[in-house]
Amino acid sequence: MEAELKELVNDLHSLKKSISNPSHLALIDKMHLHAENIATLEKSGTTRRSKVKDMSAEVIDSNPYSRLMALQRMGIVNNYERIREFSVAIVGIGGVGSVAAEMLTRCGIGRLLLYDYDKVELANMNRLFFRPEQVGMTKTDAAVQTLSEINPDVVLESYTLNITTVEGFDTFMSSLTNKSFQPAKSGSGVDLVLSCVDNYEARMVVNQACNELNQTWMESGVSEDAVSGHIQLLIPGETACFACVPPLVVASGIDERTLKREGVCAASLPTTMGVVAGLLVQNTLKYLLKFGQVSRYLGYNALKDYFPTMEMKPNSQCSNAACLERQKEYILAKPTRDAAAKAKADKEVLSAAQNPVHADNEWNISVVDDEEVAGASGGNSGVLPEGIVHELPVADEYPKPPVTETVGPADDLEELRRQLEALNAD
Amino acid sequence: MEGWDPNTKSTLTQIPLLTIKAGPRDGAAWTQRLKEEYKALIAYTSMNKSKDNDWFRISAANPEGTRWKGKCWYVHNLLKYEFDLQFDVPVTYPSTAPELELPELDGKTEKMYRGGKICLTVHFKPLWAKNCPRFGIAHALCLGLAPWLAAEIPVLVDSGMIKHKDDVATSSES
Repeated sequence: MEAELKELVNDLHSLKKSISNPSHLALIDKMHLHAENIATLEKSGTTRRSKVKDMSAEVIDSNPYSRLMALQRMGIVNNYERIREFSVAIVGIGGVGSVAAEMLTRCGIGRLLLYDYDKVELANMNRLFFRPEQVGMTKTDAAVQTLSEINPDVVLESYTLNITTVEGFDTFMSSLTNKSFQPAKSGSGVDLVLSCVDNYEARMVVNQACNELNQTWMESGVSEDAVSGHIQLLIPGETACFACVPPLVVASGIDERTLKREGVCAASLPTTMGVVAGLLVQNTLKYLLKFGQVSRYLGYNALKDYFPTMEMKPNSQCSNAACLERQKEYILAKPTRDAAAKAKADKEVLSAAQNPVHADNEWNISVVDDEEVAGASGGNSGVLPEGIVHELPVADEYPKPPVTETVGPADDLEELRRQLEALNAD
Repeated sequence: MEGWDPNTKSTLTQIPLLTIKAGPRDGAAWTQRLKEEYKALIAYTSMNKSKDNDWFRISAANPEGTRWKGKCWYVHNLLKYEFDLQFDVPVTYPSTAPELELPELDGKTEKMYRGGKICLTVHFKPLWAKNCPRFGIAHALCLGLAPWLAAEIPVLVDSGMIKHKDDVATSSES
């Protein structure tokens, strides 16, 4: 655009020189002025703000972080600027993921890793974030384009791949363990993984990766009928993993048959997706910046405006081997955890003794420790809070057949492959 | 299994069940699982042929057996409609089913996800979850793809979304 305008100005110059009729000169000068005005407008339109070195709490119009830093003044967050040290991976840059990415970008998160293999389509325009002119771009590229304009301080990494395939999974794992952003931090290379995918397969893959890496993550989902959703915090070994119990969904509370129309695979609303993205990022901020109470499971039923919450203990019979390992580690770490909890409680008692919160206790209210069940017995005995149901059944029990080692031509992989090819040939 | 036709039910009982719960990242156990997959596919294909109900070809497209390619076809009004069939074995297999793809039909029906992945959510996923790890690729074709083709192809043909290619019907008839 800039180059085109320059050309136009040059052409007008040469035209002015070659023209003999003086009555046209004024018109050419006018055109020249217009071209220069457009050039100035164009320039101001594309100006990006420069990077900000330190987050300032100064209240001026030009400070992008003044309203966020005010959270400290209000006593909500202790040290907001820590947000720049955090890396968050967002898997699935769709209706929820893209909005979550924008929210975290506007909050000034340190680094975002974005994963998706899809392209932007016109059919996505009923949701937020992507714009019609981005149709045809990969969702990751389009997201980086928009997010880097909104906040150039955020380090953006995009991965255009399908994490459920063997190669995609390898790249996914290595990207999560890359510690170049904060080499001094313990754990994997990211602080939190947000799953914003739209299918069970991809969720199971995120679950697998996070269980193996001992990585805390949050799951999010919106129902196919677009009127319910949920977020869930998963801490390997401590909470139920995604494979511990069949996936939970929020029941719509009305007859399903009136909702599901034959032949339509999925409906979506910008509202439900926006609400779920908001809940997800709110929980993320609370988790990272350590304020408020981090929800373990929060459902959203749009038809009844009902928000069920619950907690789930890990299943000691979980089918995921990595989950069982994390569960073992969690139980082994119990003494350390208890000691830390006691030290914290003592400290609180001490500070409470200094300035008593309540002079009297008319109702004999006392704080009781949540009983921690050692061994994490399958606390998921199918008792779910009202309004939450399982989406898929549990695998049936089946007797393990006696191991019969049949060595011979029938048990050779190459031979089997040949047999199938022979059948395929005719 | 209620709601399934007796034909599919009897076919299903004759496909050998699998026993090893292993995915592509499980090394030697995956090789064992792969053998079971082959045995089930061989049994299913032979059965289809003997019943004159041959309807697919599938073979591993890589030595690891994680990518599969082939063809499937459906006869509607005495005309044969054939499509490329492909899928990856997901890293979380067999906890999650393979996502069967018919790339030629991508965008032609709403009962399909991006990339031509057929929609299995209602009729197949719960069955797979219930029968993990006993179901394999052969079961996914029998209970996932076959009913999908039976439901979708007539609609796609009648609505003019797919056209019949005459040469396909004559040249590759087995």
